Amino acid sequence: MSEWLSPGFMQNALVGGLLVSFVCGLLSVFIVLRRMAFVGAGVAHSAFGGVALGFLLQVDPFWTGLFFSILVAFLIEGVQSRGRIEEDTAIGIFFAAAMALGVLFLHFSRTYNVDIFGVLFGNILAIGPTQLLQVGAVAVIVLAFILFFFKELVFISFDEEMAWVCGTPVKALRYLLLAVLALVIIVSIYLVGIVLVSALLVIPAAVARNLTHHIRSMILVSTGVAVGATLAGLELSYIIDLPSGATIVILLSLLFFGATLWGRRR
Amino acid sequence: MSNLAVRIIDLSVFHNRQPTLEDITLNIQAGSFVGVLGPNGAGKSTLLKVILGLIRPDKGEVYVFGEPPLRLRRNKHLIGYLPQRPLNNPHFPVTVLDVVLMGRYGLLGLGRRPSRRDKEIALNLLKQVGMASRAHRAIGDLSGGEQQRVFIARALSVEPKLLILDEPTISLDACAQDELYDLIRGLQEQMELTVIMVSHDIGAISEHVGDIVCLNRRIYLHQAPPIGRLGLEKTFGCSVEYLFHGQIPHRVVRIHDE
Repeated sequence: MSEWLSPGFMQNALVGGLLVSFVCGLLSVFIVLRRMAFVGAGVAHSAFGGVALGFLLQVDPFWTGLFFSILVAFLIEGVQSRGRIEEDTAIGIFFAAAMALGVLFLHFSRTYNVDIFGVLFGNILAIGPTQLLQVGAVAVIVLAFILFFFKELVFISFDEEMAWVCGTPVKALRYLLLAVLALVIIVSIYLVGIVLVSALLVIPAAVARNLTHHIRSMILVSTGVAVGATLAGLELSYIIDLPSGATIVILLSLLFFGATLWGRRR
Repeated sequence: MSNLAVRIIDLSVFHNRQPTLEDITLNIQAGSFVGVLGPNGAGKSTLLKVILGLIRPDKGEVYVFGEPPLRLRRNKHLIGYLPQRPLNNPHFPVTVLDVVLMGRYGLLGLGRRPSRRDKEIALNLLKQVGMASRAHRAIGDLSGGEQQRVFIARALSVEPKLLILDEPTISLDACAQDELYDLIRGLQEQMELTVIMVSHDIGAISEHVGDIVCLNRRIYLHQAPPIGRLGLEKTFGCSVEYLFHGQIPHRVVRIHDE
């Protein structure tokens, strides 16, 4: 154990993975309770457009990716709230468009030395001090957001209309939650990549749901599951040389099947 | 005017260019118990949502205790509301007490947790609706009738002067229905509430409420006690058997001729 902790890049990977999985586990509860799994997947995929734009403009893809995913998340919300187009239709349209833009940006940037595979499937070992700082800042923001708005988040997840009638600023919270989701997605890309982000956003809370009956214990279990699977996945992938993002997702999936069987047996 | 709980002037609401409500003028006295009767699709829920501010009228004006609904909400003078299907997600992981406390959240404001006093208020309301012993159970574990009582307690936890109930008894058996009506009546008298209750159950509603408003998209109001068979038949568009369950003062509202 101490041996694989020693190289600096592995330490970065561990701290980064720990922070990312922690915020994913927290947010996951609201993603699952609010049935936003597809929104999460859609926003994650649209980040590809932004990341590719970063490559084209040769700026940190964190910022362009964040800009893109917030933009797409707000567009989905805006279109859907007008009531003409269903949310899943809006997601289907916008994330495909954003990804197509990403392909065009990559084409124009003509750089072949960027790590596209890492963007799509995660490359936690490439995490450096800048990325670690970004991850840390996002973790602080997300934790503050959830602590401050906890009761409102629970209420709008339970019943939005009723929350509005009782004086909760539902619309503002919906947009804030989407912005936070975009933040979490962008840093999760370092860990598991665009394609696998939704596993980290959905599975921890799905596992917790099978094992708990109250939202507070659900949050604890969800966070524990995300952090545990991530640390175990990183260790496993280091020991037997596997792609770390995919290993984490497989572990999470196994946990989900286990928890489902356990939940059913009880 | 000061003793009017709800004042609606010349209200119309359109959905896909079709009128859901048309030319409605209606006054509801503070402290009254009003039943809104009408067939499916008559716009009953829409009328309630306009009063709550959830739907903005395309034409006309709405005042609740002299204020437009949105200003009322901004000032934290909240309306107690029991929606038609209050539990969208039956496995949502919260307790009965959590659900009642949710009603306090808007009054508390952002960033503040419910205090001991909020919990006392919530528990007290649960006691009043006879659900105190269920406070720490998961909401989904309760029967339909018990859930309705919990959601009524939540509606009351906003400290409302006006309570709006949308088909409160729709999923209950006859016995539980009667109990619930008695409960609502008791709460209304005790807390001096104005209650607006929507139903399509003529028999039940005419036994329990004070005034009746018959609604079928367009309403012509005229005071006409006692209720006439003709008036109801026009509202429902079919013959109605139940009518003469006692002498209830009402306002009969006539169907709009197509």
